[in-house]
Amino acid sequence: MGAAEMQAAGGGACVEGGFDTLVLGIGNLLWADEGFGIRAVEALDAGYAFAPEVRLMDGGTQGMFLLPWVRSAQRLLIFDAIDFGLEPGELRVIRDERVPSYMGAKKVSMHQTGFQEVLAAAQLMGASPQRLALVGVQPECLDDYGGSLRPRVHARIPEAVERALAVLRDWGVEPVARSRPPAPGQRVGHDELELPVYEAGRPGCGAERL
Amino acid sequence: MTKQVTPNGFTLDDSGQRVVVDPICRIEGHLRIEVNLDENNVIRNAVSTGAMWRGLEVILKGRDPRDAWAFTERICGVCTGVHALTSVRAVEDALGIDIPANANSIRNLMLLAQHTQDHLVHFYHLHALDWVDVVSALKADPRATSELQRSISNWPKSSPGYFRDVQARLKRFVESGQLGPFSNAYWGSAAYRLPPEANLMAVTHYLEALDFQREIVKIHTIFGGRNPHPNWVVGGVPCSIDVNGDGSINMEWLNLVSSIIDQSITFIDQVYIPDLKAIASFYKDWTYGGGLSGKNLLSYGEYPDHPNDWSQANMLQPGGAILDGDLSKVHEVDVRDPEQVQEFVAHSWYSYPDEKQGLHPWDGITEPHFELGPNFKGTKTNIEQIDEGAKYSFIKAPRWRGHAMEVGPLARYVVAYARGHEEIRDQVDGLLHDLGLPLPAIFSTLGRTAARGLECSFTAHKMRYVFDQLMANLKAGDTATANMDKWEPDTWPAQTRGVGHVEAPRGALGHWIHIKDGKLENYQAVVPTTWNASPRDPAGNIGAYEAALLGTPMVDAEQPVEILRTIHSFDPCLACSTHVMAPDGEELASVKVR
Repeated sequence: MGAAEMQAAGGGACVEGGFDTLVLGIGNLLWADEGFGIRAVEALDAGYAFAPEVRLMDGGTQGMFLLPWVRSAQRLLIFDAIDFGLEPGELRVIRDERVPSYMGAKKVSMHQTGFQEVLAAAQLMGASPQRLALVGVQPECLDDYGGSLRPRVHARIPEAVERALAVLRDWGVEPVARSRPPAPGQRVGHDELELPVYEAGRPGCGAERL
Repeated sequence: MTKQVTPNGFTLDDSGQRVVVDPICRIEGHLRIEVNLDENNVIRNAVSTGAMWRGLEVILKGRDPRDAWAFTERICGVCTGVHALTSVRAVEDALGIDIPANANSIRNLMLLAQHTQDHLVHFYHLHALDWVDVVSALKADPRATSELQRSISNWPKSSPGYFRDVQARLKRFVESGQLGPFSNAYWGSAAYRLPPEANLMAVTHYLEALDFQREIVKIHTIFGGRNPHPNWVVGGVPCSIDVNGDGSINMEWLNLVSSIIDQSITFIDQVYIPDLKAIASFYKDWTYGGGLSGKNLLSYGEYPDHPNDWSQANMLQPGGAILDGDLSKVHEVDVRDPEQVQEFVAHSWYSYPDEKQGLHPWDGITEPHFELGPNFKGTKTNIEQIDEGAKYSFIKAPRWRGHAMEVGPLARYVVAYARGHEEIRDQVDGLLHDLGLPLPAIFSTLGRTAARGLECSFTAHKMRYVFDQLMANLKAGDTATANMDKWEPDTWPAQTRGVGHVEAPRGALGHWIHIKDGKLENYQAVVPTTWNASPRDPAGNIGAYEAALLGTPMVDAEQPVEILRTIHSFDPCLACSTHVMAPDGEELASVKVR
């Protein structure tokens, strides 16, 4: 991107509100399979367009700071790496009250705010989503700082997208297949962190090795 | 050991019973505290160990410096914006880029908004529950709560019916079998001192504060184009302003920002500050937790009033360093001087060629070296007790001219107070007067908590000042928001170094970078929690967390509410990723008494 486009990319964009369905990818893309949720919502965004009432979001590890969006949503679909003691790469879809919403208060850092707590807080505020779904995959490796998705987790992304589409259709949301992915600056994730760029630029794993 | 005096003046005694507070985190990033208690349950030795820092060069070496902000945003779940801002400042410093006045104002607004939101959410969501007993709120008389509310503030949501409704909602929530955010705490502990009506008032405001944050974040969305990860750009801000247009940021958006600023000021001054005073009035004799705050404090200074001028005289909140509690002298801090900021690893799980020496971040290296000391107990995968005589933390030990320093809101407030900053002096003196406390009372856990509250009010009011400054500049016809003259790498020198610093909500944050042939060659960050959670250095100086815990009496060693209170007062920040869902939602902290 040139200087002018780079600078004009942001600003004045849609302020929170005006949506009823939130598709949220959560996790930390710097920690290998922890990035599953973000990569999945990026893949959904690359392949499908939605009506303005459907908001796709890269939620990172923002914990309680996601509450403003979660409590504004009638329907919430979450992509995340889940630890349910399955085989690495196994995928599960969990619906409604089975999405866990319990967590402890003996936390030492705001970063220990589990997403369960965000859901519980929304519930206590009397504004929690009516419908919930979690599309999760069992991670293989989390402890690889700067690493990317492991092949068997990466391989599950198309299926995760399909399962998410099924949930959304069940909710009455109609996805529209795109002929090409959105332009830079228009995507759900940051262009600087897109998977191919992220993987190719890894120190010691980049161009010099190719 | 048994008994020893550290060079920075603290007495450590590890002969007594050992208590371990170990929040369980699925992957790296947790903080663990171990303390030794004497026969009266007073903390006589404290050990802070964390796994938070792996070095940014591992992910950034060889990448485009203009993209670094997006990566640094991801190292920390809550501090996204501050890392991005530090990163673009570091690159601009390295490349000699001056930013336009509008960009300076908008960045200040974004940072002020982040402080405001972060402090508010930290106080109500994380820290208030160390002082407020949620379960006791169920026993409150809504009428008494209403009277209390009306006696401390003009906040309109104060009727008995309103508090009765909240109480009923809370009761249903508790009776549904899940306390949600309130489960697994130490409810009913003798360490809690508020009457039921004050507890109900605070819990009600907890809900209002969580609700209100959705207004504040709109400021980031408007100027950053998206949330929760706004866009940033080297050279300015990634948005264009056209007061008369309808595409970019126009008058409609600016009016919205203005109204959010007014609402923020009202909420903080009518809810947060009165709550802070009300809660503090019940804990005035809980004077523990001062630690390093009465000795050594560091702030880089923040909010450059005019763009591209980093002198403290140009800062809306001037910085500097205080040594040995001498408020009559504020030392100037030079982040480029190799003798000033240095990191040590003698007690950290890294190796240096010479571990007696510290390294300035421009020369920093991050070579992991995990090795448990001879006196540790347990196994490598299940550490029962750490050996603080050896390497014991993944956190490095940053020092300023060899001194362990406390950073954060209290450090900023004491430094600005010592510099004679009028608004901050008025705020501090006013609060102390209202509570009937002397100045030294601020060197405590409660002082740290109070400084964060006062700062939240300060940042909300400063948003108004900066917004008016932005509008005046726009009205004068200047609409520039970025300087893209040096965007292309062919305009850059072959080699250059730079440093960017920001006063983040949790304290002094710096990024030191080295650019070579258009790519990042080295990237080192020293983050606020590294200063505060620091392990010991080669000379034996203890860091801010360890110092703050010493001398604190615990009501019950099995219920470490006093430890959490003091650690929470620093608002710890760990590069952690703990949101991974578990089916049973297991407890995040385990307490082991040995």
